[in-house]
Amino acid sequence: MLDGKCPSGPLAEKWDKRCREMKLVNPANKRKYTIIVVGTGLAGASTAATLGELGYNVEAFCYQDSPRRGHSIAAQGGINAAKNYPGDGDSISRLFYDTIKGGDFRAREANVYRLAMVSNTIIDQCVAQGVPFARDYAGYLENRSFGGAQVSRTFYARGQTGQQLLLGAYAALSRQVKAGTVRLHPRTEMLDLVVVDGEAKGITVRDLVTGAMSSYAGDAVCLCTGGYANVFYLSTNAMGSNVTATYRAYKKGAFFANPCYTQIHPTCIPVSGDHQSKLTLMSESLRNDGRVWVPKEKGNRRAPHEIPESERDYFLERKYPSYGNLAPRDIASRAAKEVCDEGRGVGPGGRGVYLDFAEAIGRLGEEKIRERYGNLFDMYEKITAENAYKEPMRIYPAPHYTMGGLWVDYDLQSTIPGLFVLGEANFSDHGANRLGASALMQGLADGYFIIPYTIANYLARTQPGKVSRDHAEFRKSREEVDALTKKLLSLKGNRTVNEFHRELGKIMWEYVGMARSEEGLKEALKLIPELRAEFWENVKVPGNGAELNQQLEKACRVADFLEFGELMARDALHRNESCGGHFRVEYQMPDGEARRDDENFCYVAAWEFRGVDKEPELHKEPLVFENVPLAVRSYK
Amino acid sequence: MNLTLYVWRQKGPDEPGRLEQYEAKDISPEMSFLEMLDVVNEDLIKGGKEPIAFDHDCREGICGMCSQVINGIPHGPQEKTTVCQLHMRHFKEGDILYIEPWRARAFPVIKDLIVDRSALERIIRSGGYISVHTGGVPDANAILIPKADAETAMDASECIGCGACIAACPNGSAMLFTAAKVAHLAMLPQGRVEAAQRVCVMTEAMLKEGFGNCGNHYECQAACPKGIKVQFIAKLNREFMKAQTKDTGRRLVSEPFSG
Repeated sequence: MLDGKCPSGPLAEKWDKRCREMKLVNPANKRKYTIIVVGTGLAGASTAATLGELGYNVEAFCYQDSPRRGHSIAAQGGINAAKNYPGDGDSISRLFYDTIKGGDFRAREANVYRLAMVSNTIIDQCVAQGVPFARDYAGYLENRSFGGAQVSRTFYARGQTGQQLLLGAYAALSRQVKAGTVRLHPRTEMLDLVVVDGEAKGITVRDLVTGAMSSYAGDAVCLCTGGYANVFYLSTNAMGSNVTATYRAYKKGAFFANPCYTQIHPTCIPVSGDHQSKLTLMSESLRNDGRVWVPKEKGNRRAPHEIPESERDYFLERKYPSYGNLAPRDIASRAAKEVCDEGRGVGPGGRGVYLDFAEAIGRLGEEKIRERYGNLFDMYEKITAENAYKEPMRIYPAPHYTMGGLWVDYDLQSTIPGLFVLGEANFSDHGANRLGASALMQGLADGYFIIPYTIANYLARTQPGKVSRDHAEFRKSREEVDALTKKLLSLKGNRTVNEFHRELGKIMWEYVGMARSEEGLKEALKLIPELRAEFWENVKVPGNGAELNQQLEKACRVADFLEFGELMARDALHRNESCGGHFRVEYQMPDGEARRDDENFCYVAAWEFRGVDKEPELHKEPLVFENVPLAVRSYK
Repeated sequence: MNLTLYVWRQKGPDEPGRLEQYEAKDISPEMSFLEMLDVVNEDLIKGGKEPIAFDHDCREGICGMCSQVINGIPHGPQEKTTVCQLHMRHFKEGDILYIEPWRARAFPVIKDLIVDRSALERIIRSGGYISVHTGGVPDANAILIPKADAETAMDASECIGCGACIAACPNGSAMLFTAAKVAHLAMLPQGRVEAAQRVCVMTEAMLKEGFGNCGNHYECQAACPKGIKVQFIAKLNREFMKAQTKDTGRRLVSEPFSG
C-alpha cells in the first residue's frame, strides 16, 4: 500500500502545517547543495529559477537550443486562478471542487486543494515578472471561461498564454544564469537516472551536438520533462516531446502512476493525410464563443452554410445544457467521436465536427472575435487554407496531455528518495481528466511555490556532495546508455525510426485511444511487443553516435515509447471502469456516459518495473475523500 | 507535385559547406514545408544517405526553433509565417527551392541547416528581465496598467526568438530582437524601474556578440513571423537616449552606443 504522506488535519490547513513541520536548509548551507533540473518548460524553468534564487547550485538541462522553447510555450488559452476578480462566485474551494470533479474523483484531495490555494499567488508572480495578461479599459485584469467551470477564472494573454508565462519563467531563469546560481545545458538530453544506495544522485546525458556521453552528480534530481502524448505518434505535443526521462527513471525504480489517463483534446485541426507529422490544437477558449455542431442527418455533404438551423445538431448544448459547449474535454471529445461514428461527421473521411462562430460574430462583430482569437484563426487558415470568420472551423479530438506520470507523494517526491517530479511529468493533481487552463497552473505551482519548500526537507537530511560522478554507478550508467546507442546504430535494418513510431501510434490510437475494450487492449499487448522486437532487429539509424544525429535522438525516444506503450495498455486493461479520459466500452451508463467503479478502483495505480518482458507489479494508493462526497460526475 | 531542392549541407562548424541537389517527389499541397523535408529525409535514409539536419520542434509556429532561409527569404515566402507553418500549397510543380541556414556572423552553423543562436540567450541574460524574486509580490491588480500599454507590451512580447530578423538584416543586426524585449518591459510599470539599466546592458551585450547595427532597412520587420514592428527599435533608441541622461546608464555602458 502506497502512502501519499498528506498531512493530517483540516484540508485548508494541511499545506501550512506541512510547511511548518518541514526542515529548512540555512542560507549559508544552500550553496553546498547541487540540484539537477531536467526540462525547462514552465515547471522546469520556474524550479531552476526559484532554487537558484534561494542560493542552491542548479544544473538545468533541456534538449532544445534554448530553455525558452519548452513545449509549455505552445499552451494557448490561459491559466486558472481562484481570484474571483469578476465576482462571479469563485473561491479556492470552488476551484478545488471543480478540479476534483473534473478529474472524475481520481486525484488526491490534499494536492488539489494546495494547487487551488497557490493559484492566486501565481498570477501575482507572473504580473510582477511582466507577463502582459489581457486587461480591461480601466487597467484591471480580464478573465474568460474554460471547460468544466461555471465561473470565469481563466487569465490569458491573447491565444499565447503559455508563451508569455514561459517567457516570464525563462526571464527569471536567465537572471539566475547571469547570477551564476544556475548552469544551463541546452541541446543536452537526459538518457538515464543514476541511483546510488537507493537515492537519486545524478543523471547521464548525451550532448546532442557532439554526441558525447557524460554524467552529472547532484544532491537531488527534479524531472520536469512533460508528458508522453507522443506515444500516439500524432499529438499536439512538440516533435521532440518524449517519455524517456520519466521512463528511464521508472526503470530505475520510480513507480509510474495511472499511465492510462490520457487526455484527448476535442478541438484540434483534423488529420489531412498520411504525411501528417503532428496535430495542432485550437484553444478550448474558442468554445466560449464557438458552437459545436454536426448535421442531424447522416452522410450530409452540403456546405455548412447550406444547412439550415433546423437541420443542425448542437450536440454539446443538447446533451449538456448547463455547461453547453464548455463541457470538459473528455466528455466533449467522446461526444464528437460518437457523432462521427454515427456517420454524421464532416470534412474528409467524416472525421470532424464544426466549431461555428457565426452566431458570436453576429452578436459581437468580427472585430471583437479577431481581438479575442485572431492568432488562432490565422493559424487555422495557415494550416487549412480556410477562413473561419466566413465558414465554421472543422475540428476533431487529438491526444494532447497526459494526466498519468511518475508517482509522487505530497512533497512531489517519487518512490526514489531525492527524485522529485513536477508538472505534467508527475501524476498528482488532475486525476483522470485535466480541466482546461490547469496545466499552466500546476506547472508553475509546483516550480515556484511547492518544490522550494519540500526539497529542503529532503536536503536537510542529506550530506551535500555525498556522491561524486566518479562513483561506480555513474560509470555503469554511462556504459549502459552507450551500449544502447551503439546497438541502435549497429542494427542497420530496413525500416526507419519514423515508420516504427507511426505504426506504434496507430496501435495506440486504435486500441488505447478514446474508446478502449478488453479485447482491443489485449490485442495491443500482443502487437506492441511484436513491433518492439522488430524494431530491435530491423531499425535503420544512419550516421554515428559522435555527432549531431537527429535520427539517433529519435530512435532512443521511440525505443522507450515501444516499452511504455505496453505499460499504458496494461494499466488501461486492469482498470475495469470508465473515468475521465479513460473510457472502457464495457463500463458505460445506458446513455453512454462513463461508469466509474468506486468500490473497486478508487485508487492510484502505481506500477513498478520488473524487467522489459516481465509484468510490472501493481501498487495501490487508496484515494480517500474526506471533504468531497464521491458523486456521479454530471455536466447535464 | 515534384520539386527540386538545393539544400545547404555542412558537416560541422569548421567544415566547408555546399548546396546539394535533391528531388522532392509526390508532395501533396496539404503538407507543411517541414513535412516535405521529412519525406525527402525518409528517402535519403532508405537510400543509405545522411538525412538533412534541421531545427524544429513545436511545428505550430510558436517555439521559434525552426530556422531556414528559402529562396533567400528567412522562413520562406509567406508573410508572418514560420517555416513549420508554411504549407506546400504555396508552391507549384517544378519549383526550384534553395534552402539555407540563417546567415549571420553571430550564428555559426552547427550542421546543415542548424545554427548556434546562443548569442540571443546572452542578450536576454544580460538584463532582459525584471529582477523580481519568487514570492512577496503585490496583488496582481494592485498596479493598474492601461489596456493600450498592456497590448503594446504584448505586441513586443510575442517575439519567438527565432532569429529571422537577424538572418534578414544586411547588417546581421539583432536590433529588432533586443528592442522587442526592451520595449515589452519598458511599457509596463513593473519594468520601468530598471528600464535605463536594461536598455544599456542589453545593447552592450548585443554589440559584444558581433551583431551589426541597425541601418533602417526594415528587412527584420518583413521577415518577422510574428509581425513585430520596427517602431520598437525607435522605442529602444528613445529608451537608450533617456538612459544616457541618467547616471545608471552611464555607469553601465563602457562605450557610448554609436548606432
